[in-house]
Amino acid sequence: MIEAGTPAPDFMLPDQDGNEVSLESLRGQTIVLAFYPLDFSPVCTDQLNVYQEILPELERAGARLYGVSVDSAFAHKAFQRELGISIPLLADFHPKGDVARRFGVFNEERGISQRALVLIGPEGIVDWSHVSPSPLEIPGANLIFDALEYAAAA
Amino acid sequence: MADLRSAPPPEVGEADHVRGLAGDPLVIEYADYECPYCAQTDLLLRDLAVRRVFRHFPVPSKHPRARVLAAAAEAAALQGRFWEMHDALFADQSRIDDPHLWERARRLHLDLDRFERDRRSEAVAERVAGDFRSGVRAGVVTTPTLFVEGKLHAAVPGPELLEHLIGGAG
Repeated sequence: MIEAGTPAPDFMLPDQDGNEVSLESLRGQTIVLAFYPLDFSPVCTDQLNVYQEILPELERAGARLYGVSVDSAFAHKAFQRELGISIPLLADFHPKGDVARRFGVFNEERGISQRALVLIGPEGIVDWSHVSPSPLEIPGANLIFDALEYAAAA
Repeated sequence: MADLRSAPPPEVGEADHVRGLAGDPLVIEYADYECPYCAQTDLLLRDLAVRRVFRHFPVPSKHPRARVLAAAAEAAALQGRFWEMHDALFADQSRIDDPHLWERARRLHLDLDRFERDRRSEAVAERVAGDFRSGVRAGVVTTPTLFVEGKLHAAVPGPELLEHLIGGAG
């Protein structure tokens, strides 16, 4: 798991609409990456649904949230529509799990990402990271706000 | 953003909906009327000697009517019939459209005009949102989530938790 204080590895991934999103292009903004195992798996569904509800507060706090999994952009599009959510989803599809691997959250055995949160500051430095002890355990949205508060105070 | 930082679920307060006897084990419940697991949990808890506090945790992207139903229960609460509406909502989760809500309100002898006004009011929406925020702060991410003696239990209570609650009552 990538540690706080280290520069976040740059990445370029397509979102659900095929738009390329790179860390470089997000410079100057606070970013929350929510790595999750798979689209359409029941637990992830709860996670993104709840995160959707806190989007307005996140935006007010000046942070942008992205979901990341190894699914393709087309699967992401369908998943987004199925849930009725607007959180942009990035496809860590090819090479599969490459970004998750570089952030140290890829589960090589299962071929999917662990459930993890990474807060990246405007300078591209990791401010906070958290990985769930089990894929069934969803990190509460409160942790994101704790981390934002902590980063703002630092 | 400050109000979403981590904090334990708020203590039982004036505004809370509480059911059961003061001496019984306290269960603080975050749930949603459109969630089938919440209905199941409601059935399980109903038979136990516990003191229940019900708080709303509607997630509309999962359950599109959740917020509307929570507001209906709060509107009934303003006429002193929260638990009656609560029971009526969980009793039939397939009938949750507006006419079904009016039917429930009529059966509970609520003032319908007031019910309609209240369930769409800012105050009621804020009451429901306040419960949701307190749940998020306490780490709730799924429904139902129960807090027993300060410990978070996500999902339908299993045999261990139920036994603990029964034991606690004895």
